Amino acid sequence: MKILAFAEQRDNQFKKVAFEVIKAARKVADEAQAELVALVVGSAVQGIAASLGGYGASRVVVVEDPNLALYSTTAYAKIIREVANKENADVVMLPATAMGKDVAPRVAVRLEAGLVADCTALTVEGGNLVATRPVYAGKALIETVVTSPRKVFTLRPNVFTSGMSNGASATVERVAITIGDGDLTSRVKEVAQSSGKLDVAEADIIVSGGRGLKGPENFVLIEELASVLGGAVGASRAVVDAGWRPHDEQVGQTGKTVSPSLYIAVAISGAIQHLAGMSSSKYIVAINKDKDAPIFQVADYGIVGDAFEIVPALTQEVRKLSGK
Amino acid sequence: MRLVACVNHVPDTETKVKIGADGKSIDRAGVNFVINPYDEFAVEECLRLKEKSGGEVIAVSLGGDPHKETLRKALAMGADKAVLLKDDSPRDSFSVARALADYLKELSPDIIFFGKQSIDSDDAAVGGMVAEMLGLPSASVVVGLELAGEKNAVAEREVEGGHEKVAVSLPAVFTAQKGLNEPRYPSLKGIMGAKGKPIEEKQPTPPQNKTEVRSMQKPHAKGAGKIVGTGAGAVSELVRMLHEEAKVI
Repeated sequence: MKILAFAEQRDNQFKKVAFEVIKAARKVADEAQAELVALVVGSAVQGIAASLGGYGASRVVVVEDPNLALYSTTAYAKIIREVANKENADVVMLPATAMGKDVAPRVAVRLEAGLVADCTALTVEGGNLVATRPVYAGKALIETVVTSPRKVFTLRPNVFTSGMSNGASATVERVAITIGDGDLTSRVKEVAQSSGKLDVAEADIIVSGGRGLKGPENFVLIEELASVLGGAVGASRAVVDAGWRPHDEQVGQTGKTVSPSLYIAVAISGAIQHLAGMSSSKYIVAINKDKDAPIFQVADYGIVGDAFEIVPALTQEVRKLSGK
Repeated sequence: MRLVACVNHVPDTETKVKIGADGKSIDRAGVNFVINPYDEFAVEECLRLKEKSGGEVIAVSLGGDPHKETLRKALAMGADKAVLLKDDSPRDSFSVARALADYLKELSPDIIFFGKQSIDSDDAAVGGMVAEMLGLPSASVVVGLELAGEKNAVAEREVEGGHEKVAVSLPAVFTAQKGLNEPRYPSLKGIMGAKGKPIEEKQPTPPQNKTEVRSMQKPHAKGAGKIVGTGAGAVSELVRMLHEEAKVI
């Protein structure tokens, strides 16, 4: 077995999930006595590539091209396929991010490989990889094996831990792959960042609000608490459908499925489709005035009462703790 | 323009999942199936594109007879034609994509729309696979789409913490995210009209799966935790527990 692990970067900086993928690939490689090579694609990424050594990649392949400053699904698919072929890699691992989920299906087709998306665990059994992944937004988990010779896996962010870098440096090799106009039939022209906004899918702490907050103006309470915790704001489907919050904050079966360390559900009763999207969080706090609300069934810690009193008090208390 | 919306028939979001007798799939008894919610955005976008630029909207689904219900929904919304690739054998995303791509190749659409994922398997893979199999560009998780002439489009896709504007040449594949549009409710006339429209049945490429589900389980039930207390008075104890016990803040 030989694993090609794709390390995602944006603006020539690795995303946290890049280290998670490398570390997870390293573990699998050790267990299966397989080789591991990392891949970095971008316009000026050679300088950061060696740092992947700190997470267990001793060799890194870099593909650079001025046309790759921004993401292109068609160009990335070509590059990953060509590097996988050149390296004779039979396993490709990518993050289950907006980029990874976009390019992985194309890579799978080009390699005639089965794809297991959004894995939350990978184990080695008799030389073969067994992937665990949620389906029905986490209402059930399946164990899946790939039966084709080549295999593609995407790994859910925040689930595989990268730990800290051990400071090791990887050997970096440049590979030249020509990217012409024909490879750029779909390409990103412009990225609009929501200023400083942390995405629920990437956040380690999420504070979510529901209909019990009575109106969009009261989400300022949620925003303040999220801000002192360094977390992201989430929302229930009801408040997104009501237009109080943007849909990219929605947590649940028709929103995002999240697994943060801490999930604080404020004035959310806990509809089954919401619980499906957040119940794999490590710790769940529920704040709700109805002591019989289903959200308390999945919460590690609950406070029964009025969110309008509890949330500001909680913000204050966290501020005291962090000395902010 | 020839616009194709690929639609799937899935358990609704209220479904409480029970594991079936085979231990590999859900027990379908008593489950209410609906059009995949993201596919409604796909159908709606095709209808809007047709209203602006003319053409026809074809709804395509792969599955057994129950999928006709979802195709009828697409017809009732305003699709001109519906095609069922009739086969209810278990398929992974690759195998679904192969059957769709083989059929769509003959149809040569200008735009193929999917929902960004089916809310059953949550793979979010079929759209991208079909694009690759047909050699077409694509943009996934799209919340905005503007055509620029007949050969180009700019799609806005959702990424972590922001949006990307993607220049795509047509023909192309898109996958729809919530926020792209507000799907219409079928009118009574639409519903009555849909009953009269035929659903064309085709024999799809046989399944050639590349993955195999070994087992399905329910996630470990998280037992209810403790109620720390009532009202703002419980806050300092909660913060202590999160800091000292859970060590998450």
